[in-house]
Amino acid sequence: MLTALAIFTDGLVYAAYLFVVAIGLTLIFGVMKILNVAHGSFYAFGAYGAATAVGIYFDKGWPVAGGFLFMVLAAMLIGLVIGIVLERGILRFVYGKDEVVIVLVTYAVFLILEDVLILVWGTNSYSAYQPLAAAGNFEVGALVLSGYDMGLIALAATLAAASHWALKYTRYGRLLTVVIFDQETAAAFGINVTVVFTLTFVLGAMLGALGGAVMAPKISVTLGIGVEVIVLAFAVVVTGGLGSIEGALLGAFIVGLCRAAAVHLVPQLELFVVYGVMALVLVFRPYGLFTQIQPRKI
Amino acid sequence: MWSRANLAGAFAFLAVAVMAPMLPAWIVSLATIAFANAFVVLGLVILWRAGLVPFGQALFYAIGAYAVALIGRYTGLRDAFLMVAIAAVCAGLVAFCVGYLLARYRDIFFAMLSLAMSMILYGVLVKTETLGSTDGFHVETPTFLGYAPRGPALNLAIFWLVLGLSAVSAFLVALYFRSIAGALAVPVRDNEIRAEFLGISVTRLIHLKLVVSGILAGIGGALAAFSVAHVDPNMSYWTTSGGFVFVTILAGTSSVAATFVGSFAFEMVRSIAVDILPGTWQMILGSVLLLTILFLPDGLGSLVSRFKSRRPKTP
Repeated sequence: MLTALAIFTDGLVYAAYLFVVAIGLTLIFGVMKILNVAHGSFYAFGAYGAATAVGIYFDKGWPVAGGFLFMVLAAMLIGLVIGIVLERGILRFVYGKDEVVIVLVTYAVFLILEDVLILVWGTNSYSAYQPLAAAGNFEVGALVLSGYDMGLIALAATLAAASHWALKYTRYGRLLTVVIFDQETAAAFGINVTVVFTLTFVLGAMLGALGGAVMAPKISVTLGIGVEVIVLAFAVVVTGGLGSIEGALLGAFIVGLCRAAAVHLVPQLELFVVYGVMALVLVFRPYGLFTQIQPRKI
Repeated sequence: MWSRANLAGAFAFLAVAVMAPMLPAWIVSLATIAFANAFVVLGLVILWRAGLVPFGQALFYAIGAYAVALIGRYTGLRDAFLMVAIAAVCAGLVAFCVGYLLARYRDIFFAMLSLAMSMILYGVLVKTETLGSTDGFHVETPTFLGYAPRGPALNLAIFWLVLGLSAVSAFLVALYFRSIAGALAVPVRDNEIRAEFLGISVTRLIHLKLVVSGILAGIGGALAAFSVAHVDPNMSYWTTSGGFVFVTILAGTSSVAATFVGSFAFEMVRSIAVDILPGTWQMILGSVLLLTILFLPDGLGSLVSRFKSRRPKTP
């Protein structure tokens, strides 16, 4: 019983993390049809930025509560800058090329950003444990839960609700839905698709950086975190269905719970299970759980 | 069969083989690993011509490498030719099984699913103590039909082995491109449904291409294992696959010879970049990749055909 409860809470925390990381990726794919390998770099930049911000803030001894906000804002600012530079500087020149070619362009960008990261932050590891410690622990029965983890779950839930609300009930969200449905028709009706693309990409980049920022206190911020996270995020969004936010949520749940179960029951399968689940889902639902099957065009 | 291109290719391979003992050792070892990787790229080219980009070819590469390493560890078999053959069969079998799933997908989904497959293997390798976990393990020194060299002679022997197999497979793949199954790649890429209406089973065709490319990648992995004398799980990581895709972009898919030149160029760029600017070699690679996609979308191989088409044609 205790193990089951532990699996559930761990799985939920992990799912929250996966969702925060994956939502930006699935948003960019849904709107722009770009599978963005550089999303891993957004995550890494967010994590490094947050670690630096936390270091500065907590050294000053300012009130703890502001530290969380400062950490997140710093990371999202970095995401904003990188997002604009990438979209305006590189990606807009390759729109209309083959989807797979654009994947390779983002792969090239990813390689470049990996070294930019080293140039900016060097090869040292950073830690940003202060927010984790500040949030404290509390006990529920025999389980010790971290306050920070609960905050992570709340953040993921808020993001899910906010994105659902924004897509369904705001002007920008409605425009986005139209562009997703048919880009050319949307343009013909006077929607400025270029602006929608830029905004979407920047938003996706900021979400990626946010994912890195909220994870920074929980991990050792070191080289190679972007490489790892990108394949994880891929697995989540492909399981759920590329381009679907509900799909990313469900994918994060499934992958998170399965991994937590593996960690507690059969630790050898930890890495295997993430991709195993994805392959299994794709056997039965070839385009993920939440994707409508596209008619083939002759 | 004795076309000019084939003769030129054969001559080039012979020339390199004869020159090898005179070249500095670092170039020989660089060329060994470059040509071993060229096998994988050759397999990628086969799929690429049908419009498929596998982002997980490292799966078969690692299977080939681990097959060789495991044979050396648990059996007395040391003959390089046999070991490579077994590695090729293992990779081919895995490709055959995985192919039932993969052959149903196209575009990004194909790329992602093949990536997932290689990551599954990575997950298994990292967590399996008996397979060396993250450290990997040592590969036994091979012998060549009874000839058992040591030291510099061994490196040369491995290079000749790689070169010989490269020549054979380059010839066979060129032959395959001209065969019906090979030529069908273009209609499949252009319009799959029309190809099916002509009575071609596209799924089976792609399955076949997957197995062929898997075998090639297995051979490449086996040869790389000989040359490095060590295997580790990173051989199956997605960045390894990304490297192969990179070389394919660089080389282009228009000719078989370009694959080998491109693979060599890639290793050169990489080792020079690491040597001169150790902190920024990925940035250089990324920039080269970006520039290639933007300005030379058909790769290095297209330079040759561009040059050819510029020459006035004699009637």
